[in-house]
Amino acid sequence: MIRGLPQETADARAAIRLPVYSRILSGMIDFSRRKPLGAIGGAILVILVMIAVLSPLISPHDPYEIRGEAILASPNSDQWLGGDSLGRDVLSRLFYGGRISLYVGLVSIAIGITAGSFLGAISAYFGGKVDLIVQRFVDAFIAFPGIILGLAIMAVLGSSVNNIIFALVLVLAPSAIRTIRSQALAVKEMDYVLAARALGAGDLRIVIRHIIPNCMAIFIILFTLNLGYAIIVEATLTFLGVGVPPDVPSWGGMLAEGGIAYLRDAPWLAIAPGIALSLAVFGVNLLGDALRDVLDPRLRGT
Amino acid sequence: MTGYILQRLALFLPTLILASFLAFAVMRILPGDPAIAMLGGAEGSFTQEDLDLVREQLGTNRALHVQYGTWIGDLFTGDLGDSFFLRVPVAELMSDRFPVSTQLAVMALLLSYVVAIPLGVLSAVKQDSMFDHAAKIFTIAGVALPTFWVGILMLFILGFYFNWVPPLDYANLWENPLTNMTQMIFPAIALGYFNTAFAARLTRSTMLEVMHEDYIRTARSKGLKELAVIGRHAIKNAFLPVITIVGFQLGRLFGGAVVIEAIFVVPGMGTLLVQSVLIRDYPVVQAIILLIALVVLVLNLVVDLLYGWLNPRIRYA
Repeated sequence: MIRGLPQETADARAAIRLPVYSRILSGMIDFSRRKPLGAIGGAILVILVMIAVLSPLISPHDPYEIRGEAILASPNSDQWLGGDSLGRDVLSRLFYGGRISLYVGLVSIAIGITAGSFLGAISAYFGGKVDLIVQRFVDAFIAFPGIILGLAIMAVLGSSVNNIIFALVLVLAPSAIRTIRSQALAVKEMDYVLAARALGAGDLRIVIRHIIPNCMAIFIILFTLNLGYAIIVEATLTFLGVGVPPDVPSWGGMLAEGGIAYLRDAPWLAIAPGIALSLAVFGVNLLGDALRDVLDPRLRGT
Repeated sequence: MTGYILQRLALFLPTLILASFLAFAVMRILPGDPAIAMLGGAEGSFTQEDLDLVREQLGTNRALHVQYGTWIGDLFTGDLGDSFFLRVPVAELMSDRFPVSTQLAVMALLLSYVVAIPLGVLSAVKQDSMFDHAAKIFTIAGVALPTFWVGILMLFILGFYFNWVPPLDYANLWENPLTNMTQMIFPAIALGYFNTAFAARLTRSTMLEVMHEDYIRTARSKGLKELAVIGRHAIKNAFLPVITIVGFQLGRLFGGAVVIEAIFVVPGMGTLLVQSVLIRDYPVVQAIILLIALVVLVLNLVVDLLYGWLNPRIRYA
């Protein structure tokens, strides 16, 4: 029907017809060209996730196995990162520890940021008293530094993986409520929201189908930028003895067990999990910064 | 300006009351009976009489609103409650420790400003130079390294190369300021590193933004020396977001102080909080978290007011 289609349009049409996975792939290639540092961050994250998922297959030893002859062993050909104070293999514990750090981080972020975004959108959409009440609660929550709120919650609940996720959700959600609210305040004045209302859409439908999808860029940014923070808070709480139970291998727990007591005799006990932790946070931050620049340049520098 | 101040002040009190309610709610409404936890947690390790006795002493056998009312009422008379295990007033426990933590946080904040602002300004002025790249590595590391690992690394380096170990006894700031400063400087550096990096990044990006403004071009084209352009026009305007955002980081500093104190065995609020959490001394935990929230809220109020005073658009409104 359309004759003399310009070449670019034809290319664009061809791109649209591509299957989903190759569109994602070309999107990723485009992203790595524009933001090489972000791509490096993403690659670090993918590698860490793969190590965590595959840890039962790639760990050279059983992370729980106590071996007398390997107590505080220096790194050697059998135990690449040496043994800890009970002779357990540090490298294997490092792999398994990644599971906990990433699992707790990802799950708490997923719940905390989603719930926070939903509340933030509702707070902005309804405004008035609802907004006032929600925002005062957010103010009050934000008055407690994350680690301190986490400590208090864990003191009451006791250490377990599920409890630390719950504590992290309460730590993370308030800032998500605030950030999404400010975006949603702008979105709700858009013409398409008015149009939806004129068509008879209910409040819930408008919030879920129109407001939240249009806050998606901020949601993705919040998700990545807070992931690093969640990982650090979990490791800190575990390090202080109230996070993940001590028998479960975790990076924070490894630092607590071997970190300070053996600094002089076996510094690798503190250095290995610390590097793993920093690498994870570093990767997440690089990716988050790049996504923020691409998705919402106005937030640069925050 | 008056309207702005009044609005900030009006928000302060309700937020503080809500924060006190949250501190109470976390300790009393979340599932988990403090009395059972204090008795060791395991079923069968205590009798019903023991449980009733502990509940009686804690006051948790009363209705929730009565408990909250009593707690708040006591707060107004300066009674923060008693430590359940040490049997001394919480206020007494905190009086020595609060100044120590405050000193640590303030030292960390000052250090981070002193390093971060020149670093950020220089990186922006000499954008993409070797200095800028070196500064970038320093700041990227600072944001990614968890504070407590920085503390452990410092202990390792200081101990391994300089034979420095954290003192068993920290000198009093007023009696022996010099010794105290040399003891506190390392924990303060470890605590302040994150903030230094964060503030330096922020200073750099706001400086870069400001340097492209029209009034900077005007200042240059009327023949001002570069130093005057940067010093008198750019820094002044780049400073506003830096002060406010870094001011809000103070809360994070207090949180980080907890773990840094634990690592360097500094006798501050943080060590007290961690100890109390581990032995489940609920009255102490509840009082400390409320005090920290109060400090954060007051600091935020001060930052807000400072912002209003520094920002001419608000000052003359």
